[in-house]
Amino acid sequence: MEFLQSFEFLIEGIKMLFENGGWKYPVMWAIGGLLIFLAIRFDMEPTLLLPMGFGTILVNIPLSGVIGKDGALTTLFNAGIANELFPLILFIGIGAMIDFGPLLSNPKLMIFGAAAQFGIFFTLFVSSFFFKLPEAASIGVIGAADGPTAIVVANELLGPKSNITGAIMVAAYSYMALVPIIQPPVIKALTTKKERLIRMPYSPKSVSKLTKILFPIIITAVAGLVAPESVALVGFLMFGNLIRECGVLNSLSDTAQNVLANLVTIFLGFTIACRMEATEFLRPQTLLILGLGLVAFIFDTAFGVIFAKFLNIFLPRDKKINPMIGAAGISAFPMSGRVVHKMGLKEDPQNFLLMHSIGVNVSGQIASVIAGGLILGTPLFR
Amino acid sequence: MLLNSIIQYSPDKMFDSLKFLGVGMLSIFAVIGVIILITVLLNKIFSGKK
Repeated sequence: MEFLQSFEFLIEGIKMLFENGGWKYPVMWAIGGLLIFLAIRFDMEPTLLLPMGFGTILVNIPLSGVIGKDGALTTLFNAGIANELFPLILFIGIGAMIDFGPLLSNPKLMIFGAAAQFGIFFTLFVSSFFFKLPEAASIGVIGAADGPTAIVVANELLGPKSNITGAIMVAAYSYMALVPIIQPPVIKALTTKKERLIRMPYSPKSVSKLTKILFPIIITAVAGLVAPESVALVGFLMFGNLIRECGVLNSLSDTAQNVLANLVTIFLGFTIACRMEATEFLRPQTLLILGLGLVAFIFDTAFGVIFAKFLNIFLPRDKKINPMIGAAGISAFPMSGRVVHKMGLKEDPQNFLLMHSIGVNVSGQIASVIAGGLILGTPLFR
Repeated sequence: MLLNSIIQYSPDKMFDSLKFLGVGMLSIFAVIGVIILITVLLNKIFSGKK
């Protein structure tokens, strides 16, 4: 008998499943499984959702060795997320992927990027009913539709140990993956068929190489002067873009766009799961945060569209804007731009909105980072 | 009542955050406005150069 008792450690984990609260583990496995299913079956942000899903299962195995003081995921979390290194490095890759050409050719498009940040501030307002201001601000930034910004802001305002950071990160990345599902109904509800059929001819003006090189440098300086807290976010993003545009670092640009971005994304998704332990994740607050995140995405989209419709009141008949492009102002790059383009093609197979929507989408990336910086720099949220 | 027992409901900071909604949006538009102006200027100054 004593001999058998010495093997009891083998069923310690199984016993935990039947103890008080043990039901939470299988629920988290189901959530992890759902993320993996969405990634594989529907191709939704598979680079993020798949590692997050698997990581969720991994951390929710009772007595899991990957978390805890010396766990591998804890070490990765401390090395790359608690100090914001992973999201910032990812920004170098994103910056290298972005072609600011369409935006520089038609800078007025940037105004839609600003408009579509409404969801951040509206959600901050609504969240303040239920959470303290730093928490509300971090939840609002889910509306930046930009995972790295959400991580950096939540970490700075709440600290990596906060029990709502995990839910914020999951919401930020999950809703980015769900952009093709969230945006179309909102856009359709706010526009008429006639508006969706508006054609916008694309006549690009040539942009000099020097402009493309100076743009990231000047944007960093301007954003940094107005919101010094945004320097890390804007700076890393624009550094990536400078590598792309300078013309002498093509090899580095390729590496940043592909190898670096992919590598960091693997670690980021996998490590975020560290904050998805059943005890912290399965709480009413998580559902509320997920709900508020959805509000942020919906209001970003809605305000972008409404703002474009508002501008149309003042524009001559032949210069009207297709209001759908306003929705691309949410950062989620490049999904949002593509969603609008596809919607335009669905209404009229000859209506090519891609260059406009991508231009707006890129401006949303800049505006969301600045919004994150403004929130970080506001003493009210500290 | 039930919601209140699960989640704290405290609208006391509502006014501050409502104010920030306005200030935040104005700030974003102001910064983006400056960036648009700079971009237009850059395009004008360097339009002839390759």
